[in-house]
This record gives sequence, C-alpha cells and structure tokens, in this order.
Amino acid sequence: MGFDNHLPTRRELLVGSGALFAWSQMPRIARAEGRDPRLLVVVLRGALDGLGAVAPVGDPDWVGLRGDRALVLDGKPPALPLDSFFALNPAMPNLHRLYKTGKAAIVHAAATPYRERSHFDGQDVLESGFTKPGATASGWLNRALLATESGGRVDPRGSRALGIGSVTPLVVRGSAPVMTWVPQKLLPASEDTQNRLLDLYQHTDPKLATVLQARMKLASLGGAPGTGDPMSDDPTLMPPGIARVRAYFAEAAGTAARYLAKPDGPRVGAMGFVGWDTHIAEGAASGQLYNLLGALDGAFAAIESNMGEVWGETVVAVVTEFGRTARINGTQGTDHGTGTVAFLIGGALTGGRVIADWPGLKSAQLFEDRDLKPTTDLRAVLKGLLRDHLRVEEKVLADAVFPGSADVKPMGGLVG
Amino acid sequence: MSNSAKAEAVLALHRFGMGPRPGSLAAVGTDPRGALIAELDRPLALSAAASLPTSAKAYRTVADANARRAARAKQAQQQAKKQQVAAVPTAPGDQAQAQAQTEGQAPAQGQEKDAAEMAAKQAADAVPDPGRPIYLQEAKLRTEAALAADIGFAERLVWFWSNHFCISAYKIQSMSGAYEREAIRANALGHFVDLLLAVEGHPAMLFYLDNLGSMGANSIAGINRSRGLNENIAREIIELHTLGVRTGYTQDDVISFANVLTGWTLVPPGDNPEHGGEFTFNPRLHEPGGQTVLGKRYEQEDAEQGRAVLRDLAAHPATATHVATKLARHFVADEPPPPLVEQMAKTFRDTEGDLKQVAITMVSSDDAWRGSPSKLKRPSEWGVGMVRATGITVVDPTRFTAGQELLGEGLWRPSAPKGYPDDEASWIDGIGRRLDIANNFAERVAATADPQGIIEDVFASQIAPEVKQAVGRAESRQQALALLFMSADFQRR
Repeated sequence: MGFDNHLPTRRELLVGSGALFAWSQMPRIARAEGRDPRLLVVVLRGALDGLGAVAPVGDPDWVGLRGDRALVLDGKPPALPLDSFFALNPAMPNLHRLYKTGKAAIVHAAATPYRERSHFDGQDVLESGFTKPGATASGWLNRALLATESGGRVDPRGSRALGIGSVTPLVVRGSAPVMTWVPQKLLPASEDTQNRLLDLYQHTDPKLATVLQARMKLASLGGAPGTGDPMSDDPTLMPPGIARVRAYFAEAAGTAARYLAKPDGPRVGAMGFVGWDTHIAEGAASGQLYNLLGALDGAFAAIESNMGEVWGETVVAVVTEFGRTARINGTQGTDHGTGTVAFLIGGALTGGRVIADWPGLKSAQLFEDRDLKPTTDLRAVLKGLLRDHLRVEEKVLADAVFPGSADVKPMGGLVG
Repeated sequence: MSNSAKAEAVLALHRFGMGPRPGSLAAVGTDPRGALIAELDRPLALSAAASLPTSAKAYRTVADANARRAARAKQAQQQAKKQQVAAVPTAPGDQAQAQAQTEGQAPAQGQEKDAAEMAAKQAADAVPDPGRPIYLQEAKLRTEAALAADIGFAERLVWFWSNHFCISAYKIQSMSGAYEREAIRANALGHFVDLLLAVEGHPAMLFYLDNLGSMGANSIAGINRSRGLNENIAREIIELHTLGVRTGYTQDDVISFANVLTGWTLVPPGDNPEHGGEFTFNPRLHEPGGQTVLGKRYEQEDAEQGRAVLRDLAAHPATATHVATKLARHFVADEPPPPLVEQMAKTFRDTEGDLKQVAITMVSSDDAWRGSPSKLKRPSEWGVGMVRATGITVVDPTRFTAGQELLGEGLWRPSAPKGYPDDEASWIDGIGRRLDIANNFAERVAATADPQGIIEDVFASQIAPEVKQAVGRAESRQQALALLFMSADFQRR
C-alpha cells in the first residue's frame, strides 16, 4: 500500500540507457542549429492569485478592490516596482532581479481555455493541453518532446523527459519516456490541508478536531529545532513550517535543474508545487501567500544557480490552473477565479516586461463581475516558447500539442 | 437500492469488513447480514500460500543461516588471528611472544581482539537473514487477501484472533506469518477449543512465551540441571487467551499448569533436517505425575495432560464471556451493549465454542448495528481501507509494513502478549501521523484515483455532506484524497 514513504527515498528511475545516447536528448532541429535548449514547467496547484503576486498598482481601481489587503508601492513591506503599472510581491527579490536584467517576464490576465472553477478539471486542461477536461493520458510537454524527435517517432534509445515528485505531473506524461526523481525531503500534509481537515472535523467530529488541533498547536509552539521539544526530532509529528516548505521547493527545483543541466540529461522537465488555494487569510503582503511566493522565489534562485553554464539556454514556465476572485472574500482570502499570471524566467528569455492586454478592474470589466478577465490565452505563450525555444513546428503545435488551437497564434519574441 | 439500504451496506463494510472497495457494495447487496454470514462459508485458506514455507521450514532455514553465519565468523576470526601472528616480528625468541599474544596476554591484545571480532562480524553479516524476506512475503499475502476480499468479514476475524493469540515477530520473525496461517487461519471459524489447541501447541507460541526449555523440577532434565520451570505461557493462556484476568485462578493454578505444559517444545533444527522446528513433546522435560488446576486433578501422561487442561479452559464459562466481550468490543463499540455480549457468550456456551456461530449471532443482532459509527478504526484497518477504496490490490510489503510500524501497529509486532488494544483512547493520538501517511499515499495515487468517483461509486455517496464539500473544494486531487481518507466517515465505523 501506500502508506509509507516516510522512509525518505531518493530514487531515480532511468528509462533506457541514458548516458550512451546523449545526443538523443537534444531536440532534433535545435540541435541542427547548434543549440541545446532546456525547458522546465512548474505547475502551481491550487490556483495562484495573480493579483496578489503581481499587483496592478497603476490601476485606479486596484486599492478600492482589495482595500488594505492591496499590495502597494508604499506598503509594509513595499511592493517591488516592475514598470509604471505593475509591481511584484515583495517576497520575490530574485524574480525582481531577474526581471530587471531581462531574464524574466510576466504574463498577466492570462488563462487556459477552461472557464469553470474546479481545480481538478482546471489542472487537466492546463496540463493536457486539450480544450476540455476529461481523461487524457498525456500532457502537452510530452507530446511536444515527441514532436522534436525524429519527426514525431520516439527514439527508443532514450529520448526522455524529467518528472519531479512521487507522481509525475500530467503535463509531462505520455509516450515519450519519463525519468522521475523523488525529492528526499518528503513534504508532509501542508498547513492548508491541516486547516481544511480541522475545519471538517469541527463540523463532523469534535473529538478528532481536538486531537488534530492539539497536534497543530504543539508543532507551532515546539516545532522549531533546538527548543528541546522531544517532538521536534520527529518530522512526522510536525506540520511543515515555512522553513520546510522553502527547503522542499528549493531541493526539488534545484535537483530538476541539475538533471537538465547535465550534458547527457533530459532536456524538458516538469514539477508541481501545492498550496496555492488561499481561501482563508490569504496574506499576500505577509502571511500564507507571501511565504509561498518567497519559497517559489527561492526555487528560482536554486534553478538559476544549478543550471550553471546552461542557464543561457534555459526557460522556466511557471503556470497555474486558473486565478482567484478579484475581490477579497469574507474570510480575508480569495475564491476560485479565472485570469491570473504566468512567470517566465531563464537566461534564454527576452524578458524585462509584463505582457498584458490589461482588462481593467471595474465591476463591468471583471469576468462575470468577479474575476480578472482573461485577455491572453496561456496556450499562445506556451506555443510561442515551444516554437521558438524547442523548435516545434506550428502545425504540430496546433494539431498534436494543443489540439484545436489553430486560431491561437504562438506569441513571438519571448526568447532571444 | 434505497438510501437506507446503501447506508447499511456501507456500515457493514466498515464495521464488519475491510471497508468499501470497487464492487463491494454489489457484493453486500440488499441483505448485509446475509452477505456477511455467507462470506463465512467461503474457504479462508490462502491459495497462494503454497509457495511459502511452513513454520518449521522457515525456522530451519533461519537456523541453517545462523549456523553458516557462526561457522563463517569462526573461520574469519581464526584467519584474522593467524594474520596477526604472521605480522609479529620474527626475531629469535619472538615465537613464544607471538603465541602469548594470541592467547591474550600481550599488551596489544585488545586491538587485535577487536580486529578479529570485526572480521567475524563482517563474515557473519555476509550471510543474509532469510527471516526478513519470509516475513515480507507473508505480509504481502495477508494484506492482499484483505484487499481482494469482497467484504472482508472473515479476514477481519482472522486478524482479530491473530491479535488475541498474538506472538511477536521481534522474537520469532521467520514463523510469524506461517503461525497465523497454520494455527489461526485454519481454525478461526471452527471451535474455540481447536483454535486454542492449535495455538498453544504451535512452536511459534511456545517459543514466544518461553516454553521451549521449561522443565519440571522432578523431570529427568530438571534433576540434572540447574534450570527449571517457566510460568509465562501458563499464565498468559489463563489470563489472556481463555478465562481473562481476575477470574478466580491463583498462583498455584499457574504453577501447576506450567508443570503440565513442561515438555511442550519443538524439534531442535540442528539434528533434524526433516522435522526440525516442528512441535514435539519431550518427556525428559516433563514434570511427572498429576497436577491440580482450578480444583481439578489431571493425571494424564505426557502431552495429553496439557490438552485436557486446555479443553477444560476452553469450555469454562468465563472463557465464553471473555471471548464474547473482546469480539464485541473489537467489532461494535469500545463499550459494547451488554445484551449483545450476553447473546454471543450464550451462543459460545450452547455450541461448545463454535466461533462461526458466535460471529453469526453478532451480525444477526440488532444491537450490533445500532448507533452511529463511534469506533475508531485501528491503524491496520484504516490503512487497508484506504488502499481498498482506490481499488489497488497489490502492495509493496516493505512500504506497507513500514507504514503500519509508523502508526504504532507493526504487523505481528505487539509489544506484549496482550496484543494491540482495541479502544479509541489508545489510537486517537496517532491521527496526526495518519494524516501524513494519508497525504503521502494520496500523492502517490492522485494520478489514478478520482476522489469524486470514490465517493459516488465506492461509497454510494454515503458520506457526510461536509466531506463531499471539502473534497469538492480541495486544491488538488491529492488534497481531496487526503481529506477523504482522513474524514470521520473513513476513520470511524
């Protein structure tokens, strides 16, 4: 069964015999050009609040919308200015630095074609590349990899993708082989999951609620190392503090980068980070979301440093299934919405800009009078990256990688 | 099927079975009580067990490995000593000194002895312990039987009796799985007396409760040796396995019964490659003459004396009450309804301890079905229930047993002969660990398990609306599954 895995395992399942066929890892056409591009996709599961990550501080309706929860340039801490209109969450100094040096771009008010608000279905659409949710066995990144190899045929000698985590993200699953790596630091149930379970128990089973609450309290009091708390030695008894989340993000992302950087390693990879479903006490400026974005920013630093010399040939696309409500809800959080941001970082990017066809924040400008209206199709961004970075042909992108997307033109000029 | 029929079917699966799995609701049908009873007529034997060694074979395998290990260690130690001798400077007259060193008189002896011991240990470690893989194979077979069962009532009874008559794999790992198959599984639906005789005469139990070398003071072996009687098994049989604690027996009863059981041992594996590890009665260890246990005189010769006492203990009314109480507590409630216990005890008494009839009495009684599910599942039941819900039928035994260990209920590894406790207070503090396990399992199955599908198909939507809502709102399939597995509907029965 599955209950286990508390014995931390570090496994690497290599498919095929990697090192002997290093050349086959490299997308065929790019190889012909003497390039060796890398693409890492990071899926933020739970739906990131794009407005809490990248705030439209220049929009006259912004502060009215979020009140004292709005990120502002003179806030505490102050948001980091990106241009005259947008500012970045202060938890992300690395991203800010990359942006300033042209190695990061932000796409705002973007969304997949999915217009409902179910996480699972939204993630299916985001990762499968299809226009509708439903059972699909493969993801767009895997199909794109197939397209770059030998005219669409899998090279049996080892063209492969990288999946990080004990479950391979759907985006990278498919008929091209996937090697997976499971981080050593297994992330126990998140604070968010614990809070939800506690809420559930409070409504259904007071006894279980009491026990769970006591455990959470104990961990928050004595969880820090060095306090002499006997519990602190046992990771299974502690809910993860933000320090552990940061460590997990950095290890997972850093390892992905190390594999992609290897001369004979895979060239595309994918990983997921959970915890973005901030219904209660979102804490964009200080709190839950701030902490998570900080951990993500640390993951960016780990990727940059571990890519080493091939950073210049790297693109990382950070995407989420949908956004959140434009307004704050009754519990100082945000509910499921539509338009949100995507982060693009990497030495191969032509960045330093926020790409947005800004829809505005007035009631009538919001999607269904509640969400940031999506004005950019996320598939256009991804197709642009696949075409210009990995050299996947446009027709293949429209037919096989993102079926039914012929009228969604690849966005040009993202990579240099 | 009406909603109330569905609710009763789901309750039947949680309370008396291994939990709902795909197809199990259909197996229960509209007559849950009838379906539970019908399951007791199917064979309990594990067909795949043919590939596993008997307990005696497993024991011999480990004994052989131990012998090889000792031989290798000795050889390595001797070699290390020879090398030390050779390394000593060979100036005239040094031979005697070198000799002295090997006999442990020279100043450097400590170091050299350590080196020899290390070599011995390394050589020994090179011989793998066959007990562990046998344990894991047994664990796999047992767990997969629980996963595959339509309902799992019969498997739950095997688990119950295995815990009632527990041994410990810490002490006798190689036999732990075979013991359950040979003594428990073969008799769990028979008469209690046959179960009792099989258990107490099993080499694993005799080993676990220290009876192998127990000898009467006046036995042939006892007269010649300084060792003597061990009371352990006699006390536990009376106190835990049959009458129950504080049922009127005395210390004298325990000593007499221990004397009765002297000679119950196993065939030493070293001198018997065919029957080593099997039960045998060794008359040289047996205390001669009659004994009085609980006021009755037992004059039989050899092992028949012990069997006679066990038969009387099995038929004792206190045993009926003890067994009925434990069964009802395990299946129904920490404080089971007294009328239910009395009905079950009466069936036990009326049928000479027919365990199938006792089980039928239990599930036929309205008292066993009343009340909202308040019983907290033990970690093992909860864990298997979680895997069953996803439809998975194959397990990695290393991972599974490690998980059970982590939750405080290591397979065949209770810390005392009393077995694992069966009340909420003992397990509720482990909820936090369950969450980590559930979260981890959910992560691994999220790609294939659909939480909504489990609620609708496996649970027939018989689950609290709050849980459905929490699952629907979860940020990922993993989180949805973790919340579902951790819900009170999943934890309680």
